[in-house]
Amino acid sequence: MDFVVSDLAVARGGICVLEGVNFTLRPGAALVLRGPNGVGKTTLLRTLAGLQPPLEGQISAPPEAIAYAAHADGLKGTLSVTENLEFWAAVHGTRGIDHALDRMNLRDLRDRRAANLSAGQKRRLGLARLLVSGRPIWMLDEPTVSLDVASVALFAGVVRDHLGQGGSALMATHIDLGLSEAAVLDLAAFRAQGRVQAAHGFDEAFA
Amino acid sequence: MIALLLRDLRLAMRAGGGFGLGLAFFLLVAVLVPLGVGPEGGVLARIAPGILWVGALLACLLSLDRLFALDHEDGSLDLLATAPIPLEGVVAIKALAHWLVTGLPLTLAAPLLGVLLHLPDSGQVWLVASLAVGTPALSSIGAFGAALTVGLKRGGLLLSLLVLPLYVPTLIFGAEIIKRGAAGMAVEVPLLLLAGITLGAAAALPFASALALRINLR
Repeated sequence: MDFVVSDLAVARGGICVLEGVNFTLRPGAALVLRGPNGVGKTTLLRTLAGLQPPLEGQISAPPEAIAYAAHADGLKGTLSVTENLEFWAAVHGTRGIDHALDRMNLRDLRDRRAANLSAGQKRRLGLARLLVSGRPIWMLDEPTVSLDVASVALFAGVVRDHLGQGGSALMATHIDLGLSEAAVLDLAAFRAQGRVQAAHGFDEAFA
Repeated sequence: MIALLLRDLRLAMRAGGGFGLGLAFFLLVAVLVPLGVGPEGGVLARIAPGILWVGALLACLLSLDRLFALDHEDGSLDLLATAPIPLEGVVAIKALAHWLVTGLPLTLAAPLLGVLLHLPDSGQVWLVASLAVGTPALSSIGAFGAALTVGLKRGGLLLSLLVLPLYVPTLIFGAEIIKRGAAGMAVEVPLLLLAGITLGAAAALPFASALALRINLR
């Protein structure tokens, strides 16, 4: 099923940052979001993941189809690598984390506490969560932060496999993952021209 | 949902998780009060129900600010909000986990402190009963306060100001049960009212808390 976004407008802190965003993501395809800092890449991804409502526009896929990976990995330092991953697998109702451990090269670290991992290892564990989520559309916000060259290549392979199995990926990244098949969407083209909207916060909720 | 409960319990038991913190605080309050008030049994017995309940309220409050704040800081809350579990369920489970690591130990340790405060034997049963019935309300109401203040700097202070007034009915009926029980009077009315507060809070507040969390995550 295609993932279609039409005429989407999103706001950050009550200010509309992007409007008229249109794109279609087919199964097996990847789309890279580009644009300068502050253009609204993270805001767009959070909106698509269902964490905040859009100002206007339609999103064809329900949030249940989307696996979101943000800057924070959602890891608990006092739990081991296995315990962290098993928790997310259980939450998503999937079984078996061995595949994810192998794919993200975490097998040797499986009994180590997450607090004792390096930044790059934590990131790999955070990205392994995508594999156990069992969801078809991956939303990746700067997935390669703190990854070394080998890990970036490893993750690019994981994304490619995901696309090969009919999944799709939408990612905001400044680093070229080497996905030759990925299309690029420059968000600067959808920048909203100073439209101010009411804040989506308590002020509005209780107005 | 069970995985979330088990994870929260496991986190509480691990180093720095805060298990036992509330209980230790509760014990200290009950030990300090006789030192401050003096050892006369009559005076202590009279104030024991109030002291024990105030101690329980404050002990519950200690660990509340971490309920959602830690998950918010490490990104888990965003991920839980996009997970297949409804956010209302997440709140209810986290409140249950909070009760299991604070309210339940307090309830079990209370008879010992009752003795320390010269609570008559006839009041002991009602001390345990009132805490068993009332402390789940403390966790539910507290979870609502924690959901409102998640993401705020120094939210813990604001949380206390928000939550303590909401604890007033629980405190009044909880202490009243022990007072009446110790005096040999009927306790049905305050006990039923306390049970009503707990059931109402457990039923309605997860929805309010989830709404507050969704707004705070935007």
